[in-house]
Amino acid sequence: MNATGGVSGEASERAQWSAERSEVARGASKEPSATSASSGEASERSQWLADRSEIAKGGRKEPAGARETALNETARAEMREIIARYPEPRSALLPMLHLVQAYEGYVTPAGIEMCAEELGLTEAEVAAVATFYTMYKRRPMGEYHVGVCTNTLCAIMGGDQIWSELTDELGIGHDETTDDGMVSLERVECNAACDFAPVMVVNWEFMDNQTPQTARELVGKLRSGEQVQSTRGPGICTWKQAARILAGFPDGRATEGPPAGAASLAGLVLAQEKGWTAPEGGRPALGAGGSHSQEDDR
Amino acid sequence: MTTLTPVLSARWHEDDSFTRAGYERADGYRGLRIALQRTPADLVTIIKDAGLRGRGGAGFPTGMKWSFVPKDSPKPTYLVVNADESEPGTCKDIPLMLASPHVLVEGTIISSYAIGAHTAFIYVRGEVLHVIRRLQAAVADAYEAGYLGKDILGSGYDLDIVVHAGAGAYICGEETALLDSLEGRRGQPRLRPPFPAVAGLYASPTVINNVETIASVPAIVANGEDWFRSMGSEKSPGFTLYSLSGHVTSPGQYEAPLGITLRELLDMAGGVRNGRELKFWTPGGSSTPLLTADHLDVPLDYEGVAEAGSMLGTKALQIFDDTTCVVRAVLRWVEFYKHESCGKCTPCREGFWWLVQILQRLEAGDGTEADLEKLLDLSDNIAGRSFCALADGGVAPITSSLQYFRDEYLAHFEHGRCPFDPAASTLFAETAGAATS
Repeated sequence: MNATGGVSGEASERAQWSAERSEVARGASKEPSATSASSGEASERSQWLADRSEIAKGGRKEPAGARETALNETARAEMREIIARYPEPRSALLPMLHLVQAYEGYVTPAGIEMCAEELGLTEAEVAAVATFYTMYKRRPMGEYHVGVCTNTLCAIMGGDQIWSELTDELGIGHDETTDDGMVSLERVECNAACDFAPVMVVNWEFMDNQTPQTARELVGKLRSGEQVQSTRGPGICTWKQAARILAGFPDGRATEGPPAGAASLAGLVLAQEKGWTAPEGGRPALGAGGSHSQEDDR
Repeated sequence: MTTLTPVLSARWHEDDSFTRAGYERADGYRGLRIALQRTPADLVTIIKDAGLRGRGGAGFPTGMKWSFVPKDSPKPTYLVVNADESEPGTCKDIPLMLASPHVLVEGTIISSYAIGAHTAFIYVRGEVLHVIRRLQAAVADAYEAGYLGKDILGSGYDLDIVVHAGAGAYICGEETALLDSLEGRRGQPRLRPPFPAVAGLYASPTVINNVETIASVPAIVANGEDWFRSMGSEKSPGFTLYSLSGHVTSPGQYEAPLGITLRELLDMAGGVRNGRELKFWTPGGSSTPLLTADHLDVPLDYEGVAEAGSMLGTKALQIFDDTTCVVRAVLRWVEFYKHESCGKCTPCREGFWWLVQILQRLEAGDGTEADLEKLLDLSDNIAGRSFCALADGGVAPITSSLQYFRDEYLAHFEHGRCPFDPAASTLFAETAGAATS
């Protein structure tokens, strides 16, 4: 049931997304045409080509920013900063798409256009990449993106029950957002925290060892705007702030939160209790001495 | 009796384990200072002699992988650290990078030096925000301390590290798909040959290693190959992180010599929860064929697990007790592979789609015995007929569960429904039980 729902859901989502794209393009053109969808797409295409040649000539009459977008010249400068990190520009595309989400909340047509311009790709090439990866969203997200792991281990340990209670509580399903724009829900795949099952993530921060009750309390707090603390990280930032970090612009909060969660330490704590250690190390002298003497040599 | 041997995890309990100061206090970056006094060829030999094998699942000898890089390529050589940990059950690299990102940075510098790379990438999955923060901070700190950048510690060697966040695609853990993704494309596997060592990132020589593999390098360089070989077995030497999860009293990370058994590990972790029976387990994530209580004494090294008909994989030991429906578990895994198939190869893209439908029918109790044959037939036509190992891994839960639990599949359609109560297998079931009794 889930799978068939997922397939048709994905298909209709894609249709909606492309409809939005052509709508935006039509809205921005001078003469909104009342023609059929196919000729609308054709005029969108010619409009787009006209815009591009205009831009190429340096006489840009309509920069991406004109289409009600938060992507400004600072964003463009940051994209160029990302590109400079890589030996070849196109490698910057994934972080650039994260940056688009940091400004827009999701991957907008304007964002696709700006990435394409900066990398010398077509918009189709950028969109093809953006639609491949699940972290890039095709419609606005809530302030807090809540992921519930329903892969096998978490599902069996209680993730399925958490999922069903949360969807009841919030009245939304997979990839949907509450009317107040605060919380989006997603069934996520294994998030590499199986020893903390059942696991949830909020804006990609770990919320370990959840129960249906703690999960309901969590989304209640998120909706009321109360600050929520990750179980292995800092206070949860917003969806857009998180995307900025993914784009490679740190927020200076790396030192917050513990070094490790309790489960991560299970073996170490036992070893300490039992007095178990790895064998003594020590490479035979290489003239290396201790680290400090080396530092002095420098 | 085997005991635990914390090396990578030895300092995770210290409040500042993730800072440079905390790491240096524990002799951090000593391996790098030693390494820079040796030639790159020496280091390849050290890692070869130590017998370090890839910790990302395949177990390929690391030193040999390094030695495949052509010495006289006109193109630059790259090191790519695979930090895309996404295999269901696998949860070792994420805590490692959270608690000790500098050991990965140090390992990356030494390994890059050994293969002659001047640019290295850490490709980390995007869904782990705080891990990404810690990696970004560790790399920035390493630049500040002169461990990265130009003329590292006065050696004349230059290296830049870029931390690159993925965007949610299991397939990018496959090394050639990872390279396509890192080039800004859809993450789809490449046909080999050419192998990445010859034509990898930007068609240049590239070495791709798992996080834990790279993180093991500094300790080997600092303490010697004999020290490393004093742990583990002849063909699978050294220490490694075993991750216990699921129906076990104390789930978590247990760092032990290769070759420890699940019986020993379960003993350390307080056994199966509430004294229940072990039903089935994965030795190394969902792509490794299931094992049962008959395999408690299999040595958990590359050879031992292969002999038992499975694979060591990522040493992700997912434990399921007798409350768990194996059909439900397998269906969910196969749904995962269907979702994560990149769509490039037809047998994988279409095959998992059909497998899910058959398994859904079976779980609901509407299947027939012919469906079981169909499952095996489809699995046989998917495995080995696609570019990458996702296809082979994805059918592993099906074939192995049918091997050990065929009767349970039959019971579903004999009863006309799933004979298990899903509530009984949840973590909170025990709390509820304890409260009422």
